[in-house]
Amino acid sequence: MDITITISNVSKDPIYKQIIDQIKGMIFSGELNEGDGLPSIRNLARDLQISVITTKRAYEELDKEGFITSFTGKGSFVSGQNKDLLREKRMRLFEEELKAVIKESKLLHLSMEEVIDIMKFLEEDVQ
Amino acid sequence: MSIVLEVKNLKKSYGDFRLNNLNFKLEKGYVMGFIGENGAGKSTTIKLIMNLIKKDNGNINIFGMDSVKDERKIKEKIGFVYDENVFYGMLTINEMKKIVAGFYKKWDENKFQVYIKNFELNPNKVIDELSKGMKIKFALALALSHGAELIIMDEPTSGLDPAFRSELMDILYNIIQDENMTIFFSTHITTDLEKIADYITFINKGELVFSESKDEVLEKYAIIKGASKLLDGDIRKEFIGIRETASGFKALTSNKQKAEILFKDSCKIEKASLEDIMVYTVRGDIRV
Repeated sequence: MDITITISNVSKDPIYKQIIDQIKGMIFSGELNEGDGLPSIRNLARDLQISVITTKRAYEELDKEGFITSFTGKGSFVSGQNKDLLREKRMRLFEEELKAVIKESKLLHLSMEEVIDIMKFLEEDVQ
Repeated sequence: MSIVLEVKNLKKSYGDFRLNNLNFKLEKGYVMGFIGENGAGKSTTIKLIMNLIKKDNGNINIFGMDSVKDERKIKEKIGFVYDENVFYGMLTINEMKKIVAGFYKKWDENKFQVYIKNFELNPNKVIDELSKGMKIKFALALALSHGAELIIMDEPTSGLDPAFRSELMDILYNIIQDENMTIFFSTHITTDLEKIADYITFINKGELVFSESKDEVLEKYAIIKGASKLLDGDIRKEFIGIRETASGFKALTSNKQKAEILFKDSCKIEKASLEDIMVYTVRGDIRV
């Protein structure tokens, strides 16, 4: 299984976190798909010249969050439902942020129409 | 979880030296680095594990067996790589191998031939003519060919150039691809350990400082740099060791979280390396 993971020694993030973020990134971008195999814990430790415990921790967290599934003796694979899971999670966060915006708009006595107008206006900025 | 090596309340003294109540254990399939300054008791501990010297007190269990009582059985499963030459210098690799092979029930000649080839060792070369790096590779080839599941190495990287140390690390990484292999090695070259070691056991003047997973250690410790005028009595207590100069201080803490609250605005907080941890623990407070 060829996937590229690069570890930075000057990063503020611990190594296991860097691995988690990069594997998640590959899953979100579609570079890794359901059923794709990941390098074994020990292979990855050797390739990245880090300790077995560190790669193990990264895989365990990815497993816990539902991104990968590990089978003893067979290795670790990308799980199926994680894209939907992620979208759902993000939608919830998005709703929380909208709620905060609505609260603020009430304090400023803005109507819903005005809020939408402002958003339309700002949309051009974002692009 | 199966424990391959367990040291319990180990004591040994001779002359001025005292190894005091050493405790640690190592799980199967992992690498432990054993660090400490020269004279801290690393070699003594390894000799006790190998039953080369007699302990005063305590227990050493290897594969669940007693290091003294079950020495013969244990040694079948240990590959020992020693920092001094334990071979007969005038023999060739092949001749020495024949002697060693005879000691082990599970000797695997095919395996040995593969390792000799992979390690680029000439079997007809006389041992006295091998470099230190080649001797270590030879010792590893022997260990791996007699079915060892625990590799114990005393200072394998000392006196080796960086290129060979890097080669040795790759060899060790290949060894631990087999999850039944456990490696324990002492060293004072901490940069190698910063990569491969899962656990670090640190002893200082015969006392255990810690035996923990390397990641936990590196997350806990930090280096703080700031102005010397900040160092009042209470602040000093936060540190394990302080290096004070006219241009400021540099100090080691084992409570990074607390340090981040205390020194967030006044100092620089950096990751501590294993070398920092070792140096500041051993030297304590110094003024330059």
